Parts: sequence; C-alpha cells; structure tokens
Amino acid sequence: MASLAATVPSQRKWRNPSALPGFGLSFGFTLFYLTAIVLIPLAALVIRPLEIGWSGFAEILTDARVLHSLELSFGGALVAALINSVFGLIVAWVLVRYRFPGKRIVDAVVDLPFALPTAVAGIALSALYAPRGWLGAPLMEYGIRIAYTPFGVIVALTFIGLPFVVRTLQPVMLELGKDSEEAAATLGASRFQTLRRVVFPALTPALLTGTAMAFARAVGEYGSVIFIAGNLPGISEIAPLLIIIKLNENNYAAAAAIGVIMLAASFVLLLGLNLLQTWTASRR
Amino acid sequence: MKKIISALAAAAVLASSTALAADITLLNVSYDPTRELYKQINAAFIADWKKSHGGDNVTINQSHGGSGAQSRAVIDGLGADVVTLALAYDIDAIANKGLIEKNWQTRLPNASTPYTSTIVFLVRKGNPWKIKDWPDLIKPGVQVITPNPKTSGGARWSFLAAWAYALRAQGGNADKAKAFVTALYKHVPVLDTGARGSTTTFVQRGIGDVLLSWENEAHLALKEQGGDQFQIVYPSVSIQAEPPVAVVDKNVDSHKTREIATAYLNFLYTKDAQEIEAANFYRVRDPQILAQHAADFPKITLYNFAEIFGDWSKAQATYFADKGIFDQIYKPGQ
Amino acid sequence: MTRPLAPTKDHPLVRWTLTAVALGFIGLFLVLPLVVVFHDALGDGLTAALAAIREPDAIAAIQLTLTAAAIAVPLNAIFGIAASWAIAKFDFAGKGFLVTLIDLPFSVSPVVSGLIYVLVFGLQGWLGPWLAEHDVKIIFALPGIVLATVFVTFPFVARELIPLMTDQGRDEEEAAVSLGASGWATFRRVTLPNIKWGLLYGVLLCNARAMGEFGAVSVVSGHIRGLTDTMPLHIEALYNDYQYSAAFAVASLLALLALVTLVLKSLLEWHFAEEISAAHHH
Repeated sequence: MASLAATVPSQRKWRNPSALPGFGLSFGFTLFYLTAIVLIPLAALVIRPLEIGWSGFAEILTDARVLHSLELSFGGALVAALINSVFGLIVAWVLVRYRFPGKRIVDAVVDLPFALPTAVAGIALSALYAPRGWLGAPLMEYGIRIAYTPFGVIVALTFIGLPFVVRTLQPVMLELGKDSEEAAATLGASRFQTLRRVVFPALTPALLTGTAMAFARAVGEYGSVIFIAGNLPGISEIAPLLIIIKLNENNYAAAAAIGVIMLAASFVLLLGLNLLQTWTASRR
Repeated sequence: MKKIISALAAAAVLASSTALAADITLLNVSYDPTRELYKQINAAFIADWKKSHGGDNVTINQSHGGSGAQSRAVIDGLGADVVTLALAYDIDAIANKGLIEKNWQTRLPNASTPYTSTIVFLVRKGNPWKIKDWPDLIKPGVQVITPNPKTSGGARWSFLAAWAYALRAQGGNADKAKAFVTALYKHVPVLDTGARGSTTTFVQRGIGDVLLSWENEAHLALKEQGGDQFQIVYPSVSIQAEPPVAVVDKNVDSHKTREIATAYLNFLYTKDAQEIEAANFYRVRDPQILAQHAADFPKITLYNFAEIFGDWSKAQATYFADKGIFDQIYKPGQ
Repeated sequence: MTRPLAPTKDHPLVRWTLTAVALGFIGLFLVLPLVVVFHDALGDGLTAALAAIREPDAIAAIQLTLTAAAIAVPLNAIFGIAASWAIAKFDFAGKGFLVTLIDLPFSVSPVVSGLIYVLVFGLQGWLGPWLAEHDVKIIFALPGIVLATVFVTFPFVARELIPLMTDQGRDEEEAAVSLGASGWATFRRVTLPNIKWGLLYGVLLCNARAMGEFGAVSVVSGHIRGLTDTMPLHIEALYNDYQYSAAFAVASLLALLALVTLVLKSLLEWHFAEEISAAHHH
C-alpha cells in the first residue's frame, strides 16, 4: 500500500514525485488525526455563534466587559512579550557570550516555565506577590500592588513567555559567532557601532520570532493568571476567564464567540510567524 | 462428594448474597462550601443504608465548584445522581433542559431545602473598622470581599441580602436600593469566581476588611484559621438563604439509582443528618436541633427571598442576567 | 589616550551589569516561585507534606494524571512521526498551511481547548445526546481528559521532528530504498536512529505539558474527587479546602517532575546537541 503511493505519483499533481514510500500512510494519518482532534472540534466552536447571528456576535464583542477582557489578554500578552524581548535578549546574550559559574544550571532553569504546570506557577506567583508575600509585602511599602491588578496578569504572562525568546535567540547567537564582529572591528567600527550595525540586525528576525511566540503562548493563558489576577471585571479579568464565566452562565454562544475571536487571532498570528520564519530562513 | 456439595452450597450462598448486596455509586454534585458537610453526611448515610440493605457497598462521590458552574456541568452531561446547589435557579436551569422534572421543588419537604443559611460579615480580629451593619460597608476606605454574583451562588445571596436591607431601610425605594448596592460594589477590590475563592482571598491573602460570606463558611473559616485572627459580625438584618437539593431524574433512571438517591436526600431531613448539618453551621429545619445549637445561630431578622424578590427566574433575569442590574452597576474600570 | 578593549568583547562593567540583570531576572521571575512551592509545601512539616501525597484522593489524582499522559503522549508521538515524515520527506502543495494547522493548538487558549470538546461531546453538543443514549462517557471521564490533553500537547513532538527531519534531507532514505529496503525497514534502520534523540526530546516536553495541563482539563473534568481530578485540579481543590500546605505539597511533586524534565532535557542537549539542534532553528 505504501509503495503504491510511490509508484503512481502522477495521479497526485499537487505533489512532486518521490522515490520514498509511505506518503499515503503518513499523510493520511496526519490528516485524519488533525481532523479528528483539532479541526472538527474547532469547527464546533466556530459554528456555535451562528445561532445568534452576526448581530448577536457583534453585540457580544462590543460589550464593554468583553472588549476589556480581550484588551487585557492581548495587551497584557504584548507587554509581557516586550518585557521578555528585552530581558530574553540579555539572558540569551549572557548565556551565549559570557562565562560564569553555574551557567549550565541557569541555562537549564530558563526552561522552567515550560516544564512547570501553569496552575503551580499560578499559586506560587500569587503567594509571592500577594500583599503578605515575600515580594508583595516589601512592594506594598512603596504602595506598589502586583497581585490582583493587571500587573499581576503581566507578571504571570512574563513568567510563561521567557523561554521562547531565549531559546529562539540562543542558536542564532551561537551561529553568528564573532567573525562578523571582528571584521567590523578591523574596519574600525566601535563596539557600539558593531552591535548596532552588525549584531543587532542579525538577531532581529529571531528576536521577532521569539517575541511573537511568547506573545502567542501568553494570549490564551489561563492557569497561571487566574490565581494572581483578582479577576475584577473590566480591570483584571482575562478573556479566557470570561469564556468560562459565559459558559457557566449557560451562554454557550457568547462563550464560543469570544473563543472564536481568540482562535482567529491565534491563527493569524501563527500564519504570520510561519511567514516570518520562512523569511528568516531565506536570509540565513 | 460432600466437598462438592458444600462447595456448591457455598457458591450458591455467595451468589445469592451478591445478588442482594450490590456495588452502588452515587454522585453528589454540590457547590463550594459544602465539602466538609457532605464528607460527614456521606459516611453517616452509608452506615445507615447498610443497616437496612444488607451488605450493599455504597460509594458516594463528591464534586464541588461554583454553583452555576456545577449546574452547567450537569447540563453538559456530568452524571450527577443528586444535585445540592446554592440556589433554586441553578436547579431550575437543569430542569429547563429536561434532566429534572419541573416540579422538583415540591417533591421534598420545605421546598426541597433541608437546611438554610444566611449571609454574615467576617472581619479581622478586633474589628478595626468598627463594622456593625450594612451601612458601615460603604464607609470610605473599607474594602469588601465578595465573589462574582454571575458565577457564585453565595455571591447572589450576598447581593440580594444587601439589596433587601437597602430596600427595606429606604421604605421600598428601588432606586435608593440600587444606589446603595452600587456604592457597595465600588468597595470590592477582588471579585473571585466562587465563595471559596473569596474566603481564600480574604483569609489567606489578607485582602480586604470585610468578607460577605455564607454563615457556615464564615464559621468554618474561624474553625480552620483559629478564632484569633477573625471574628463574625451579624448585621441587623440579612436574607434567608435556601440551598435546595434534587434528584436528577434522567441520570438516576439510567444509573438505576433512584431508590438510593431519593433515600439519600430524605436522609438529609433525619435527626442524625440535621445534627451533622447544624454542627457544620447550617440553620437546620428541625426546631429541636436548631434550639440545641442556638448559641451558634444568633437571632437576626432574616428576610424571605420570595416575599421581596418573587421567584428565582425573575430575580435572575432582573439582577444577574446579561445587562441586568449587576451589569449596570458594575461598570468595567470603575 | 586609552585604546578601548577588543571590539568583540564587552567592557567588564557592561558584562557584569548584563550578567547581574540576567541572573536577577531569572532569580526573581523563575527561581523564586519554585522556592515558594517547596517552602510552602513544608509549612506544616515534612510528615504532613508526605501524608498529603499519600492521601487516597491524591493517589487517585496521580494515577489519573499518569494514565492520561501515558495515552496522550504516545498518540502525539506517533502523530509527530507521521506528520514529520509526510512533511519533511515529500513535496506537496499547501505544506505551509498544514504546518500552521498543526501549530494551532500551541496558541489556542487552554480554555478553548476544553470548550470545543464540551461543544462536541457535551449533552447539549453535537454528539452528546447520541452518546448518552448509548451510555458512552467522553467528557467528565477519562476519554475527555485524554482528548483535552492530546489537544494541548498536539504539536510538541511534530514541532521538534519536522525541522530536524527537513534538515537531515532525504538522501539516506532514498539510498536505502534504492538498495531494496522496504519503507518500514528504511524508517526503522535509517530514519529512526537519526531522529531518536530529537524524538525523545519532543516526548519529554510533551509529557511535561501533558501532566501539568490545567485549564483545558478543568473544563472537561467535572471535578469528581478521587475520580476525575488530575494532579493540577487536585491542587486547586486542596487550595480551596484550606489545605494550603497540602496543596503546595502536591504542587511540589509536579515541580519535582518539572525539575527532572529540565535535567533530562539538559542532558539530551549537552550530549546530542548536534542531532537535535536543528529543531531549535525554527
């Protein structure tokens, strides 16, 4: 069966002939699994708001509370991604370029948010930043409140997004090496000029990609945020929580409508990311 | 030969006894603050059932969450044999989907409410803000903790208690009641999704000056945290909160558990169960047992829900539905 | 006139500052929360922490989490291999679109990931009434928890393998096939040895995420104690039950799992850097 697919490639004009077997099986399974697990259930989500029509859909999405939760989810994710782009760049640079004791451990720790369950991160962060927490108490002295404010949301989203920036930048920095910097230096460029003209442009695509991935991961985040956010409607209520609330009010269409908006945003974002990666690859 | 006969006899006895004794599993889908209560009730009921039904092996599973969330889960197919929720509306919602007969509330005594509760204030020890009654909640600087009434049953009772107080204090003027409740929610810095979440915020996180809480939840917090940090304040008036119970008809019919599920709910009205409920700080229906626990239940005026608000579908539509009064007074960002 | 340092090196002051900033950021944002988990787990003493983990509901939650991961991870590993074989070894139209679809679950909110299965399998959903009639349980039972876990960890193995296999090209496989090896033998003897470390790496990440998933599973679980509560849900339940230290004790178990994952991952990276590095060039 597998070799059959290879012997009759001419029937499949949409793909180039190949000497390798197994396309039918692997592609068929991929498509089946993707359809069963992802596409059909997502279709159930997309179709659901149809029962309330366009006007109902529009009404839900122009509701002040819904709008604000979307603003917070997207805005918070953006701010967190920007924080991560700055600190992720520094962390990656330090890890690639400098030597210091315990570097390997630090390098491993960068992946912690990836491996640590979000609910655990959520209760740990809220314990830390609550007004009685280790960080919350001293911050309160200065009148700074993190937990139960939009800042808490940003803290949680920053936590989960960091590895994406660092891990995207590291291999590019390694590959970049010091050759081009040396070349620039021999041509008389100052350190600052070298960084600005040579290093930074080379890193830009990876930095963009990493930041976009951190953003994509953060937009829909739920587990780590709800414990620390305080969940005040219109202030610190994120869109995924509002989906749950609408669902629990038996308002399936509204829950699905907010879900559809978030899904559409994810999809566009990922398409953009893939384009960005293709562009990055072509520049290398 | 004898051996074979005795073995056969033993097998027959075994077979007949297994035919009589069964493995039965019940699922009680309940709201947040009843975890500890039903742990004790279940143990008592299982012992009671075993006495009258031979060696039945009964397991009662519990699921807890916000009342609205739990109601929705049952509607979505969570196989509850019985529901014990925070308010009638959440059971009505299940009945509206055909899983429970519409007359459910008339099938058990006291409108299917074996125990009641009310809304009280939990404050920090020494009551630094000198909070005595509802008007004190809107003193400048006071922070009030209460969950989101759109998702929490207890929060809906808190909202209605505040409303009922203001309505009666203002001679029935609904606009003034609305103004009071609006002012009250301006003092709420955190809006958790469930009653238990709010208690954690107040007790563990140290946020806020007053927690609007179920009476039983407030007592439990005192018990768990020790009375040296918090104290309960009884306002002059509050609301009679009625958390009802019901058998989920569709599910018990398919699980073939109607008999035991019904017995389980009836058990809640027995002296044994009422004693457990009272010990868990629920105001029980049995006057004798209530009297024995009178020290735990100070006498305050408790408004009757039906007298002020009518029925739940109306109250839900007026106050908590989309664009209802709660949505109007709780403007984002204010 | 002082000549500045070698222009490829940063000034020591810059170096120290940047190192301090990086370490400070990691310490504050990543390490401190982890320390809090272990510290608070021992709030009632070690005995209490151990008792919290050995309690029947906790054991049931651990078993459920392990079971769900044991089903979800192999499924996604097989999918990852199939998808990367099709995508890396063949040219066809719409590949980019297919890759985007595979990536999609990565950025879908966990809440949405749970919601979609409620909309399909819930009693008010597409298949719910039929399932109820035939007494098949999907949501609020193990299958639903597995499905949600599969969805959330869907792209993890595929994301590791696709770039790796693309990088390795097709020459070796084509040579094997031209020498008369069957497709299956080619895969087993040529491809698999080349991707095994990358595969293991992907499985590791997939597993860590599978065991820790909260939002999606929360929507489809039904929260029945000792039955449909996974470890993260059990943590939330304990946290809500005033059993603060017990919650952190179970959380520390998951945190330990995260640490083990990190150690294994680092070992893989150090020893097989070349074989799996391609995956990091997305």
